[in-house]
Amino acid sequence: MKKWNLIVDVANCTNCNLCTLAVQDEHEGNAFAGYAEAMPKHGHRWIEIERRERGTPPVTDVAYLPTMCQHCDNAPCIAAAPDAITKRDDGIVLIDPVKAKGRKDIVDACPYGAIWWNEEKQVPQHWFFDAHLLDTGWQEPRCVTVCATNALKAVKVEDTEMQQLIEEQELEPLRPDLETQPRVHYKNLWRYTKAFIAGSVSSERDGIVDCVPGATVTLRGDGETIAEQQTDRFGDFKFDRLDPDGSAYEMTVTAEGHTSATLNVSLDETTNVGEIRLTPA
Amino acid sequence: MKFKLVLFGLALVFRYARWRSAAFRVSLAERDLTVVLRTTDGSIGRTFKFGGGRVSSRAGVDPDADLAIVFKTAEIGARLLMPPIDQLEQIEAMKNFLFHPEGPDEDAVWFAQTVMAALGAGWKIGRAAGDGTTRFCTMTNGGPLFVYVRDGKIVRTTPIVFGDDDAQPFTIKARGKSFTPPRKTSLSPHGMNWKAMVYAPNRLLTPMKRVDFDPNGERNIQNRGISSYEPIGWDEALDIVAGEIKRMKRDYGQGAIAQSNGSHHTWGNIGYYLSAKMRFMNAIGTTEVHHNPDSWEGWYWGAVHHWGGSLRVGGGEPFGTIEDCLENAEMVVFWSSNPEATNGIYSGLEGSVRRQWLKDIGMEMVHIDPHLNDTAQFLGGKWIAPRPTTSPALALAIAYVWITEELYDKGYVENRTNGFEVWRDYVLGTDDGTPKTPEWQEGETGVPAKDVRALARAWGTKRTYLAVGGMGNTFGGAARNPTGNQWTRMMVCLIAMQGLGKPGVNVGNLQLGVPHDFGFYFPGYADGGISGDLTHTALAVSLYQRMPQLATINPSTQIIPRLKLPDAILDGHAEGEIWDARTIEGQFTRAVYPAPGHSQVHMLYRYGNSILGTLSDANRYVEMYRAPNLEFVVNQSIWDEGDTQFADIILPACTQLERYDIGEWAHSGGYGAHFNSQVNHRLVAFQAKCIEPLGESKSDYDIFTAIAMRLGLGSYFTEGMRDIDWAKRMFDASDLPTKISWRKFIEKGYFVVPPEREDLRPKTAYRWFADGRKKDVPEAMPLPGDYTEEFLEGLQTQSGRIEFEAESLKRFMPDDPERPPIPKYIRSWEGPNVADLANRYPLQLITPHVRFSFHTQGDGKDSYLNDVKDHRILIDGYYYWILRLNPDDAATRGIAEGDLVKIYNDRGAVICAAQLTARLLRGVAHSYESSAVYDPMGEPGRSVDRGGCVNLLSPARTQIKNAHSMANGLSMVEIEKWDGGIEFTREIPLSTAQGLIDPVAGVGE
Repeated sequence: MKKWNLIVDVANCTNCNLCTLAVQDEHEGNAFAGYAEAMPKHGHRWIEIERRERGTPPVTDVAYLPTMCQHCDNAPCIAAAPDAITKRDDGIVLIDPVKAKGRKDIVDACPYGAIWWNEEKQVPQHWFFDAHLLDTGWQEPRCVTVCATNALKAVKVEDTEMQQLIEEQELEPLRPDLETQPRVHYKNLWRYTKAFIAGSVSSERDGIVDCVPGATVTLRGDGETIAEQQTDRFGDFKFDRLDPDGSAYEMTVTAEGHTSATLNVSLDETTNVGEIRLTPA
Repeated sequence: MKFKLVLFGLALVFRYARWRSAAFRVSLAERDLTVVLRTTDGSIGRTFKFGGGRVSSRAGVDPDADLAIVFKTAEIGARLLMPPIDQLEQIEAMKNFLFHPEGPDEDAVWFAQTVMAALGAGWKIGRAAGDGTTRFCTMTNGGPLFVYVRDGKIVRTTPIVFGDDDAQPFTIKARGKSFTPPRKTSLSPHGMNWKAMVYAPNRLLTPMKRVDFDPNGERNIQNRGISSYEPIGWDEALDIVAGEIKRMKRDYGQGAIAQSNGSHHTWGNIGYYLSAKMRFMNAIGTTEVHHNPDSWEGWYWGAVHHWGGSLRVGGGEPFGTIEDCLENAEMVVFWSSNPEATNGIYSGLEGSVRRQWLKDIGMEMVHIDPHLNDTAQFLGGKWIAPRPTTSPALALAIAYVWITEELYDKGYVENRTNGFEVWRDYVLGTDDGTPKTPEWQEGETGVPAKDVRALARAWGTKRTYLAVGGMGNTFGGAARNPTGNQWTRMMVCLIAMQGLGKPGVNVGNLQLGVPHDFGFYFPGYADGGISGDLTHTALAVSLYQRMPQLATINPSTQIIPRLKLPDAILDGHAEGEIWDARTIEGQFTRAVYPAPGHSQVHMLYRYGNSILGTLSDANRYVEMYRAPNLEFVVNQSIWDEGDTQFADIILPACTQLERYDIGEWAHSGGYGAHFNSQVNHRLVAFQAKCIEPLGESKSDYDIFTAIAMRLGLGSYFTEGMRDIDWAKRMFDASDLPTKISWRKFIEKGYFVVPPEREDLRPKTAYRWFADGRKKDVPEAMPLPGDYTEEFLEGLQTQSGRIEFEAESLKRFMPDDPERPPIPKYIRSWEGPNVADLANRYPLQLITPHVRFSFHTQGDGKDSYLNDVKDHRILIDGYYYWILRLNPDDAATRGIAEGDLVKIYNDRGAVICAAQLTARLLRGVAHSYESSAVYDPMGEPGRSVDRGGCVNLLSPARTQIKNAHSMANGLSMVEIEKWDGGIEFTREIPLSTAQGLIDPVAGVGE
């Protein structure tokens, strides 16, 4: 049985919001019997986009994380309201707009915060993969069609095939700790969840400060060498995909013709150590 | 005999149409009328009687007919009425008085349009989608749309996913890889917002009159912006407007009526402002409010002197740069280039997919911008953050490194450029004692000297693309700053030093340059449309030969430079250079208002989008609206927002989803030649009237027609056509009929022009120039007479070379301290170095083009964009515009995320919601320009605005004295947590004669 899955590539999301706008265009003012009541004009973002800035200027990067109903195979909402929410054979979770009427508790059942309460219609609502369109021959949900950068991709495949894709493309669940077996899979999630240590190596000769490209920067933690980088043309280095868990790191910078330098960083959050001025030997 | 037969045939056409079309039966029922078609001598003729929704006819001439269409002879009548109708023959006949109507103009227009309706009675528009909806197509400023309609209501709007019968897209092969765009269209955020915009609660649904405005009595001009409105009928509204047009001419004479539009309108070659509006305004005679080249300011007034391109508003050639960049470049330097925010212009997200190809091949990228912009966020790479307005200093330091380390293309500079030595001496400081070293620039820009040296060394040794502005070789960004023209001039100098046009060395950001078949003819919106204006559009060189139309010529030669419109009204005097793009020298002509012998302006016809959010020091316009000598203001608008609240009469227009039109995606034509090379698929849409106009709103075309008929100009204005008939004429005038039938086109809704054959693709921009060949890219510019040597040899400049020292400026004003013949760095007159300014207003507020909306389209209107968290923020029930600032700047002011803040200077005060961000250095704040909402909390001009019009804060002063150039990308401001106070007292004057000297502190250079 082929089932729907959504692949979200965090590295490709530019925060253009077209996915969210397409959901509003589709659902605002339109009720689809058997699927959903009309979405309120404002206040619902069935596809939400979270922003994460890392670093301090001018060493900053920004990632955007689209989140939505995760269409979990082990869905907490279904556990909370098995009478009102169903898991379709194609993997899609669907909240019945009639049976779920008045059930505000369903909103709280979702640990992802992806269920929204429609005050006017008194129903819980979510992004239901545009099942109403897929059931009438549309090829993919609308948020995917409008995504110009391949940040969102919908695939309908056997679970075994999906497992293969997960391994090949290094896909992850948004919150593995929740163990809900979501059908939304994230690529490059580290751009949102992990931290980096960055810095820039320079040197002064004859009163002129210049970048030091090709310096070797070694990152050590717990006495082990974790990674080693050469600085780029601007003397910059950046160790990424680290956990912002307060771990202690030691960095050593060595460059030909210079005495080396050592720094210690405790990584609670992304850290830019700034300029490291080496002394000519 | 033939004439008789043709007239009998017309009777059959009516009968068939009535049987065939319900819509035609409705039109038929509109009027009871007896019409005679006859020869001048009355010897042959036929009488048509319309009444009770029926039409009957008989041979012979009814002497009591309401209307007669008189043909000079039977032979002429037969020739003109015999299908197929030849438009050129029709125009010739009208021009030479071979036929004319006798009778009321409105009857003549109705009859002619009814004949057209009969001829089109069998047209079937749109396609049944299978679920009870009909699928129509339209075009927007944000891309093409399918519009699904059920029971006269829009259900959904989507981009277009191509089918089997649509052309396959292009493929670019580079570095052993193949790159092909997806077979679908993309949208800008505002393009996915039209359902909300059409059904916006502030749609104008009836004509309105200010409650205390009496055209025959007390006008209460002082209450503009304060008093409310009452709905009135169309007849009353149109009578007032037509009456005022006549009164202006009667009482004051030519020039008394000024007309002004926003920079963009809803899409379509018929409905665009350069089309129907221009035709109408020329027909009544108006003072033109002359546009500054906004968004291209620095390019037009600066770069053009060094590399030509006046007909591209100072921008560069677009051809072939996508392929060349992917194949040959080793690095791309984005300099104030944020195509992901503005999507170039009009082009959806078409460029985004191509810029992803840069990531795919691992291109090294650098981003120079005070803001870590959306393109840098998306593509990654080194971020270099100069202080706003200081980029020219950074550019000089790069040149300094290249010169001192010999890292530039000496052969190219020697053989393809002029005046290098003069500029070199300035860079090295041999002429002014200040070497423009990386250390020197650090004091101006804040960028570490070491980073500049590293960048210059990489750039000087690698084949590098310079991506400047939103379109890669022009548009937006730092060109809109007070130092905008310095910056663009330096950009040309830098790329010249590296060999512009050599493989991998060019200007572009992959936004322009898709290898289309440009030989397939379909006109852009600036190619003249139905304007009839051969002077102020590209009609004469593009469309006129294919779509002849009655010419229109504005009888008034009076011009008001747009940025000086408040001066013109408040002071009675205004001056400014005109945007005459024919030549480089065109820009040196100064318009002076009032023009000799012309009346001053006493009536303003506003049309299109609100301009308060987009023009500099906007409180001047607020004051202007309330000037007693401006006796009448009419505003023709879709939405009630911005400056509609200053009108006496408001005419409700409809959106392009409610009228017929035709248009190609992102195809401006004219001054925007080849803008369609931004999109991956050339796509022409039949823009269907998807739904009936809401309420009593009408298309702009129908409004103009209705006024024209009250002036006896209806037949002249319409040529007897409805909007859809003009669309058909434009279809016929293009190459479309060689590929698709009209019936198929209007049913399907669009046509995709197949891409150019690979071996016939346009050559790379400026390669001919670098190679020393004659020009071989497909652009008809400069004008043939503007070449110095042989036709097609060299650039538009006097020498035909890139001129580091511009001959045009030497000729015009060699001693101009603001724009010397070589580009120099002159500190911004609005900046932290201006005494007494920075201590009161220490923050540099940059106000770039808005990302999610487009000018004032899309924003406000209670639309979906209100929910975009980076567009507006809902606080206490109100959607506030966003102000972004560095967390440290916020902390020192006690401002937290989401706080309401007051941004202010001497010019105005605006309330926004604060967003704290590490994408800005300390001292720099960011807010988009172009709020559609102007919402003064007290008296307009004398209170804070909470709508978000940050242009209330921007300087009125032009970039340089001798150029009609907006400098509204940068304002010095202070920001504080808002205490709820609504007072604002402007301490500085509002017009030039009153003593307005910018910058705000009044202590300019």
